[in-house]
Amino acid sequence: MVAFLLAFVVLSVLTPWLTRHLGTRVFYLIALLPAGAFAYTLTQTATVTTGGAVTQSIPWIAQLGISLSFRVDTLAWMLALVVTGIGALVLVYCARYFTDDEPSLGRFAALLLAFAGTMYGLVTADDLVIMFMFWEITSVLSYLLIGHYTHKRESRGAALQALIVTTFGGLVMLVGVVMISVASGTTSLAYIVANPVTTQMGTWAILLILVGALSKSALVPFHFWLPAAMAAPTPVSAYLHAAAMVKAGIYIVARLAPGYADSDGWLPVLVTLGVWTMVVGAWRALRQYDLKLLLAYGTVSQLGFLMIAIGFNTRDTALAGAALLLAHALYKATLFLVVGVIDHRAGTRDWRKLSAVGRSAPALAVIALVAVASMAGLPPLLGFVAKEAVFTSLLDAGVGGSGWGFAALVGTAVGSVLTVAYSIRFFWGAFGTRKDQPVTVLHASPWDTLLAPGVLTVATIGLGLFASVLDPLLAPYADTVPGAGSLTEPPYHLALWHGLEPALYLSAVVLLLGALMFRARRGVLRLQAKVPDVIDAGRGYGKAIRGVDRLAARVTHFAQRGGLPQYLGTILTVFVLTLGFAAFVNRTWPDTIVLWDYPGQVLIALIMAICAVMAARVGQRMTAVILAGVTGYGLVVLFAFHGAPDLALTQALVESITLVIFVLVLRRLPANIAQHNKPVRPKRRLLIGSLVGLVMGTVGFIALGARQFESIAGALPRLSVEDGHGDNIVNVMLVDIRAWDTMGEVSVLIVVATGVASLLFVSGRNAVVPRLKESRSLRSAANRRRVVADPELSSEGHAVTRQAFLLAGRKNDPRSRSILIEVLVRLLFHPAMIVSIYLLFAGHNLPGGGFAGGLLAGLALVARYLAGGRYELSEAAPIDPGKLLGLGVILAVGMAVVSLFSDGIPLESAYFTATVPVLGDLSFGTSTIFDIGVYLVVIGLTYDILRSLGSEIDRQSENDEIGPRPDTAPEGASTAIEEVTR
Amino acid sequence: MSASLTLVIVMAVMYAAGVYVMLERSLTRVLIGFLLVGNATNLLIFIMSGRPGSSPIVTDASVEDMVDPIPQVLMLTAIVINFGITALLLALIYRSWWLAQLGDEGDTLTDEHAAESADDADTTFRSSSDDDDAVAESIDEFERGDGATSDEDTVSHKKDAAGRAAASASDRGDAR
Repeated sequence: MVAFLLAFVVLSVLTPWLTRHLGTRVFYLIALLPAGAFAYTLTQTATVTTGGAVTQSIPWIAQLGISLSFRVDTLAWMLALVVTGIGALVLVYCARYFTDDEPSLGRFAALLLAFAGTMYGLVTADDLVIMFMFWEITSVLSYLLIGHYTHKRESRGAALQALIVTTFGGLVMLVGVVMISVASGTTSLAYIVANPVTTQMGTWAILLILVGALSKSALVPFHFWLPAAMAAPTPVSAYLHAAAMVKAGIYIVARLAPGYADSDGWLPVLVTLGVWTMVVGAWRALRQYDLKLLLAYGTVSQLGFLMIAIGFNTRDTALAGAALLLAHALYKATLFLVVGVIDHRAGTRDWRKLSAVGRSAPALAVIALVAVASMAGLPPLLGFVAKEAVFTSLLDAGVGGSGWGFAALVGTAVGSVLTVAYSIRFFWGAFGTRKDQPVTVLHASPWDTLLAPGVLTVATIGLGLFASVLDPLLAPYADTVPGAGSLTEPPYHLALWHGLEPALYLSAVVLLLGALMFRARRGVLRLQAKVPDVIDAGRGYGKAIRGVDRLAARVTHFAQRGGLPQYLGTILTVFVLTLGFAAFVNRTWPDTIVLWDYPGQVLIALIMAICAVMAARVGQRMTAVILAGVTGYGLVVLFAFHGAPDLALTQALVESITLVIFVLVLRRLPANIAQHNKPVRPKRRLLIGSLVGLVMGTVGFIALGARQFESIAGALPRLSVEDGHGDNIVNVMLVDIRAWDTMGEVSVLIVVATGVASLLFVSGRNAVVPRLKESRSLRSAANRRRVVADPELSSEGHAVTRQAFLLAGRKNDPRSRSILIEVLVRLLFHPAMIVSIYLLFAGHNLPGGGFAGGLLAGLALVARYLAGGRYELSEAAPIDPGKLLGLGVILAVGMAVVSLFSDGIPLESAYFTATVPVLGDLSFGTSTIFDIGVYLVVIGLTYDILRSLGSEIDRQSENDEIGPRPDTAPEGASTAIEEVTR
Repeated sequence: MSASLTLVIVMAVMYAAGVYVMLERSLTRVLIGFLLVGNATNLLIFIMSGRPGSSPIVTDASVEDMVDPIPQVLMLTAIVINFGITALLLALIYRSWWLAQLGDEGDTLTDEHAAESADDADTTFRSSSDDDDAVAESIDEFERGDGATSDEDTVSHKKDAAGRAAASASDRGDAR
């Protein structure tokens, strides 16, 4: 079974490609797969008829007890035969229905095949959750198939209606599925049915699942999507909306009935809604002029009928329901296919425009006649056998003392009268001769369009004639329903002839009344026109959807009108109210509150607070940035005095780099922050700001007092030294104990770097790597010591030759060059790089580590850029920052993968120790390699930011790519210098 | 656990100043607010490590007065990510300034939906309900026989007649 499902997936994926080569012939090819599944299911016949089941199970999510388990018992067997058999026939039919130039034919074929596979999975799945997954997939596929004609409004609307209604039901059902699996402790359908949950929770769960079933099988009040879905191509209607998808709801009811048919609410819901659906559907079918819509309403009606029969709680109704399900699938699919042929050949489905089709296409008429007769319940067809069985079993149930039995009997009898009437009307409409209409001209069609409906018709006749052969095949399912019927009398058997019994008389009366109703069709039409549509669920749905839309529009309009300040204000107000309330009711406070930890703290805090307030008030950008930076440096001091050297180091480096990149960007923006529009309500902002501050301060106190358990910090020194082989607990936690966290953070950095680069390099980041033309020759060892001729300066009468301290230094405008800075950077760059590497490796035992090391290296790059401009930057790091980031993350992820192989736990470190001169006793572990990855990512990030916010902005301002003139002079005056790689 | 009032107060001040400045229209101001709030949040986590102590580096000395290293670990990555996000926001500011050609106006944003009325918002959703109407139309079309069409129907659906004709034409196209 799993193999077939896999085959369905693979072939569906390949189908669009195959269609490009085979055209419509692809349908013959893909029909082989459901046909194969049909044949395979037939081989299971022997097992299931003896009451056994074929099972297959592959463990999947063991933690939730979900496994890919499949189980074919009698019910699944019958439905699997229906969905695969009719699926194959419909696919064959499609080959003639469509032409090679049909738009998106490949998609359609693939979807239809996938749908057949999904239905096969749905009916064979034993795991409730897996079944539910298939259930939802059918909803999605049906959406795509109904919406096949994407250019048509009603097609798109119908597809969406079907999707919304069925997924709404599916969502409700999911709740039921979860409840019932929790209540019974397993997800196995077989177990859940065999050991019913009788608690209140079980009852509710079953009712919720019923909602899903009702929506899927288009019962009132969800029925409206099915007629609308007739916007789909006819094969889809024949398969999804007659034989397969709408049967899914029936199937789940049939599946649960043996265990839950007696639970509270089951019978009233199913019988009431079933009768209602049956009568309403048939009533509306009776007034249709579109043959396909007539069938659609007929299907709605018959689904109601099926739901009553399947859902009723006796053994005999279950048997009758199963037979009815089979009969309905056979005749309704046939009729849809027949309508498709008529539509194709006559060009219309409106029967008022058809005349004498029966005479022109006798074979089609015969097939349709048989199917219609089966629908109306005429002997000797399967429809008759099934209907007889339903009447008898309901009567028995009623006699047996069930009031619902009589109610259902009366309801189905009335519904059947209407069914007979619309059946006759269908045949008369489609094939009759109308005097006032010219004889319809039929286009020629190949004989094999009749293949699929023909085969189905043969089955209808054959199974009707040999109903007694069918009986033992379906009986094992019926026997699982412990109903009253089997106790009082001998069990019912499906047969063509039961003798002169009440059901036969009832059938005769139904047929007679139906025929009379057809005779009096004009009167019926007039009556129908008089009866108003009291409740039109379709319109109600439209109103509801429109109401939701309008509400959404109003809410959006109300809540999202004010721009960023208002949104932030709203969020923060909610934040203050909720957290403020929580803080208000809080009763835990810290043990002691000291004024300060050490007197210096007050001084630092005072400076920080003043700077923070001033940063919020000044009008110049740079001043504000520097003031905000002071609060950051204040943190550095606090960290350093508090026993957090790693933090102090990292924060200091970050603050420095942040300041520089701020300068890099802000040099392009006006110096003063514009105040064209007046500031947004300063008083309100002040209020929100103060309240947030107050709340956060309170939260800080509460959090300090809220500790209930001993900190895990006590165990960390031991863990760090013994397991992490490092003395610096902070670093060991970063690269070993909490390495997963670091992995996540490293990925954030990569995303950020990519984001920055893509915001600046719009057309691709590799396009602009400015390099000096002479770079290669200057770098070669032979030229190291040579004095470089400087062509640009020679004309000005300066010394014509001199050593360049920085490779790209002379690219800069001489007026903005500072030889002092160039010399300093030249002298400091390499030591800084060495220190950064020292920090990286020493960080395991001393303050430092990958983050600090990487930031220091980044700062060294910043210095090179500031001294020499963008060419200098590229010369300093002649590698694409993307590669640095990639290499870093490969190292980090690589460590996770490698350790997975070594001991099965990702990022679990392995160590070997060695004594290295200068660095001391080193314990080199896989965590060090992880740290190197972090180091590279941080350098890559800094480099990427520099290149984007530094070099690229330089280039843009030099080339004057933007309208506004920058306030500051361009960095280099070398606009004429072409960039090598551009 | 004991708390230092000074640290909590400076944290609260930084939050207040940060939020105050964050609620302005200028993106640079928003970013400065972000910096302040970011620093304040780091401080909040930092306060959780309690009183000062020796740095969390294992030495031969006793580990008794060592500060809790866990907040430090959380903050270390937070500091670096703060830096990354700051750079991203700067790039965003530059980019929006560049795209909007704001020039001397800098990076001040206007309220994009201020002029929008409730009806404008409604039209956004109209297309989906139009599809639903088309469905209802195509179904009703066949239910109203020629004789059964009442005046009321004609009036209410006259405006859709053209669309309906087109729909039914394409509906028949279904078959081909």
